[in-house]
Amino acid sequence: MSEVEKIATRASYGNALVELGNEHDDLVVLTADLAAATMTGIFAKAHPDKHINCGIAEANMTCIAAGLAATGKVPFASSFAMFSAGRAFEQVRNSIGYPHLNVKIGATHAGVSVGEDGASHQCNEDIALMRTIPGMVIINPADDVEARAAVRAAYEYVGPVYMRFGRAAVPVFNDEKTYKFEMGKGIVLREGKDVSIIATGLTVPASMEAAEMLAKDGIDAEVINIHTIKPLDEELILKSAKKTGRVVTAEEHSVIGGLGSAVCDVLSEKMPTPVFKIGMHDVFGESGAAAQLLHKYKLDAEGIYEQVKQFVK
Amino acid sequence: MNNLDLAKTANEVRKGIVTSVHSAKAGHPGGSLSCADLMTFLYFEEMNIDPKNPKKEDRDRFVLSKGHCAPALYSTLAHRGYFPVEELTTLRKLGSHLQGHPCMQHTPGVDMSSGSLGQGISVAAGMALSAKLSNDSYRVYTLLGDGEIAEGQVWEAAMFAGHKKLDNFVVIVDNNGLQIDGKIEDVCNPYPIDKKFEAFNFHVINIDAHDFDQIRAAFEEAKKTKGMPTAIIMKSVKGKGVSFMENQAGWHGKAPNDEQYEQAMKDLEKVGEALCQK
Repeated sequence: MSEVEKIATRASYGNALVELGNEHDDLVVLTADLAAATMTGIFAKAHPDKHINCGIAEANMTCIAAGLAATGKVPFASSFAMFSAGRAFEQVRNSIGYPHLNVKIGATHAGVSVGEDGASHQCNEDIALMRTIPGMVIINPADDVEARAAVRAAYEYVGPVYMRFGRAAVPVFNDEKTYKFEMGKGIVLREGKDVSIIATGLTVPASMEAAEMLAKDGIDAEVINIHTIKPLDEELILKSAKKTGRVVTAEEHSVIGGLGSAVCDVLSEKMPTPVFKIGMHDVFGESGAAAQLLHKYKLDAEGIYEQVKQFVK
Repeated sequence: MNNLDLAKTANEVRKGIVTSVHSAKAGHPGGSLSCADLMTFLYFEEMNIDPKNPKKEDRDRFVLSKGHCAPALYSTLAHRGYFPVEELTTLRKLGSHLQGHPCMQHTPGVDMSSGSLGQGISVAAGMALSAKLSNDSYRVYTLLGDGEIAEGQVWEAAMFAGHKKLDNFVVIVDNNGLQIDGKIEDVCNPYPIDKKFEAFNFHVINIDAHDFDQIRAAFEEAKKTKGMPTAIIMKSVKGKGVSFMENQAGWHGKAPNDEQYEQAMKDLEKVGEALCQK
């Protein structure tokens, strides 16, 4: 079996922006002294006149983006998730969300897979924060193909969008030729009847691997990729839960307020179903290699396999 | 518009402020009255705008960074013809387009929603940058409170505007000297305000906020200033025009009762009559 190609979704973000910049004059990319890390540096090289470095001032950058959007530009404001959603939360809420301005927030370095930088930079709270803002779209792509398609879809959509990207290289499992991104629509990657694994981001390929391991134990898992966390594909989640009767959610994010909570919100109101949430259980991360951290916090294939098996036992 | 007409209009704007806040039984009269002359000058003299076409693309933009002074913006817009003056009494009421703080989706003529201090100046700088990026000729104005400039984001925005040499951008600071908790120099002293903006590469002009000659000259000077943004620091009287509100921090965010309203309107009528004698 040939080695699967791995690409970090932050690189997908930078590459997609370069392409969109070639096509659209109104696209502007902002960064706060993180052009290299957020991969918007490649955009800066290709379109220097449309790349705005705001210095280390994320609150200002967020509102500069709002001003650009209010005057007809389509700004992509780029920083680490910790700062885009965390530090600048109130700016996003009041200057982008409330006036419903057409700003795209490109948040890289989400989750514990940030790795060695440690807990101060590992944002496990951004989905929770962004979910509370009325009208905010939240996209958490799982691989390079999906991420590039998502950036394009975000440009075409009119309104605020929060995009979540990772630092670590992750397997490319979608096929560019057949893949279609539909905002707000989940994708059933594997059909099953015993348990539904609803995953997002880098836990999607890990969940697929876990499903193969579960199959050897006689557990037939359905795997759903939820790239758009808001608006959530409620119909698909309800359909799958009805079929399997048991739901596991998997995300590189706190179990408080993330995909797991969003799924529980739907199920508890419309079809109460037992749920187990895989994610960061109310703890901060720490320094280490991305793979080591994903293993420690049971967010890799092995960890997901063990937890699902325990849950369905 | 000549200075006398501007003064008469500003007095009407002040009546609208007092009337709307009295009707709402809440709001911020002090800082609204202190900037009424400036707001009148901007909307009746300085800015390229069209009340019949509030969203015309090449219009000058205004962002009320000190969003709590919405009554000043609303009264100015109403008197300029964006919507009927009678609607001012719906301020802060359920279903009104006149929200407690400016909301761009509801009120014709409002270019940006604001209210959370420190953010408006950044948004306005973004608008000014936007004009530069697409070679548009419009100018961008933003009004800040002197208490507001304690917000760190104000200086992030100032650094950005100076760095980007946004000479289509004018920051106005309403230096009425009072904030909710008292004198600005007692709460957390922001002085010297002019030297701070100078250090951030602004062209700085100090004026009297209630002298139309000085206001006019300042905006002329701002237009002639190339290669850097302009900051106009205007020394004002909080509560200007209403005798018992002048220079009183207590009138920052309080509505007059019926009796006080009568007195306030009498004060403003008197000002108006004096202007008619000129």
